Amino acid sequence: MSTVSHGHDPATLEPVVDLCDAVAVLGSFPALAGVTMTVQRGEIVLLSGPNGAGKTTLLRLCAGLVALERGRGRVLGVDLANDRELVRHRVGMIGHSNGLYGDLTVTENVRFWGRTVGASESEIDLAVSRMGLDGRLAHLPVSRLSAGQRRRTALAGLVARRAELWLLDEPHAGLDAAGRDELDSVLKMAATAGATVIVASHELERAGKLATRQVEVIAGQVRKVAGL
Amino acid sequence: MSNAGQQRFTGTTVIGTARLIAAKDLRVELRSRVLLNQVLPFALIVMVMFAFALDSDAVLERVAPGLVWLAAMFSTLIMVSRSFAVETADGALDQLRSAGVPAMGIFIGKMMALMAQLVVLVTLLILTAVVLYRAELSWAGSVLLVTTGLTATCGLAAVGTLYGGLAAGAKGRETLLPLLLLPVVAPVLIGATRATESAFGTRGVSTGQGWPWLGLLAVFAVLFSVSGAVAFGPLLDD
Repeated sequence: MSTVSHGHDPATLEPVVDLCDAVAVLGSFPALAGVTMTVQRGEIVLLSGPNGAGKTTLLRLCAGLVALERGRGRVLGVDLANDRELVRHRVGMIGHSNGLYGDLTVTENVRFWGRTVGASESEIDLAVSRMGLDGRLAHLPVSRLSAGQRRRTALAGLVARRAELWLLDEPHAGLDAAGRDELDSVLKMAATAGATVIVASHELERAGKLATRQVEVIAGQVRKVAGL
Repeated sequence: MSNAGQQRFTGTTVIGTARLIAAKDLRVELRSRVLLNQVLPFALIVMVMFAFALDSDAVLERVAPGLVWLAAMFSTLIMVSRSFAVETADGALDQLRSAGVPAMGIFIGKMMALMAQLVVLVTLLILTAVVLYRAELSWAGSVLLVTTGLTATCGLAAVGTLYGGLAAGAKGRETLLPLLLLPVVAPVLIGATRATESAFGTRGVSTGQGWPWLGLLAVFAVLFSVSGAVAFGPLLDD
């Protein structure tokens, strides 16, 4: 997939995510209390754990949105302690909202996000078609799409933005069975093409089938890592 | 990371981002037609209602400049609110920041789109005032009026975007925005009204007396454009 074929720095053998005893603090609360974790290029990793365990904070740390308080952390070769702003351009994070404009069409939304990194028109068309949104759907306003189609539009935005690491927080939430199946097939396709995906989810059975590895986060620490 | 790699992943420039955001905002407006279907009728209703309520040519002629800018100010509130509702409805503003899009570019883009819409609105309001309140315009007055319109809308757009961003993440932002914005735009209301009075020649005021008020508007516009562009990033991140 085009997402991962662009812009690899020479350190391609380096893990995409490499955290060592990483501590992140929200206010005065230590949301991550020494996380050690590595994720290799092309993996789909499931983050599991109870509410408040630190899954979202871990995703936000990897996205450069939360400061690394202590420990060591590198994402896509970028040092989170010193240059976390730099990683934001290369990472795509989708939480409970999709970041779309309801009055704009699918293509216009994908074009908007692609243009934030200077994507060409062909890259934008490719992103739309890769997510199965070409044809009639491409010209529909996002406000008229189903929840699953909106989520796919958001993912097409990540492809157009050339995001190398996809961080998805509860991506199945709010989707019906068909939407969930659509999302799973899109993520499998992305992983097959070499994208790196970290999914935080409570739906262990569904996300487990998707993931290559499960990382359990409890009380801000990684408690268990299991191959799936 | 290599220099080439860094260059590739720094995203678009501030100017590129501003153009992208402005084009997107104007496209959203063209699709939704909120300006055309809601803001313009609202502003015109305000003008017409005052015309009926005051029902005196002499009084109307005297208050016409103030009414133009009062209607513009209230309309600005609706437009700013709408501009940021579009961004927060599906978390797009958060996505923009998390994607490393330059905040200064976001500010300038949203300000430019807002200013473009305000220029259309103020032009129609002034034309309405000329027709409805029988305001008269000389050539020199027209020049002052156009300059005043552009400078005042720039100030309104700058301060509106800054405070719109401030209120965007807050609870009850619909009621918070007027509370924050109205006191701050008082200098624009006063300066633009006085300059427009001079342009219209209301109460025998000469055109020359309007230029100092234009200076006040220019200082306001520059102050809030610069401070908004600088402060918008930290403001969104907080």
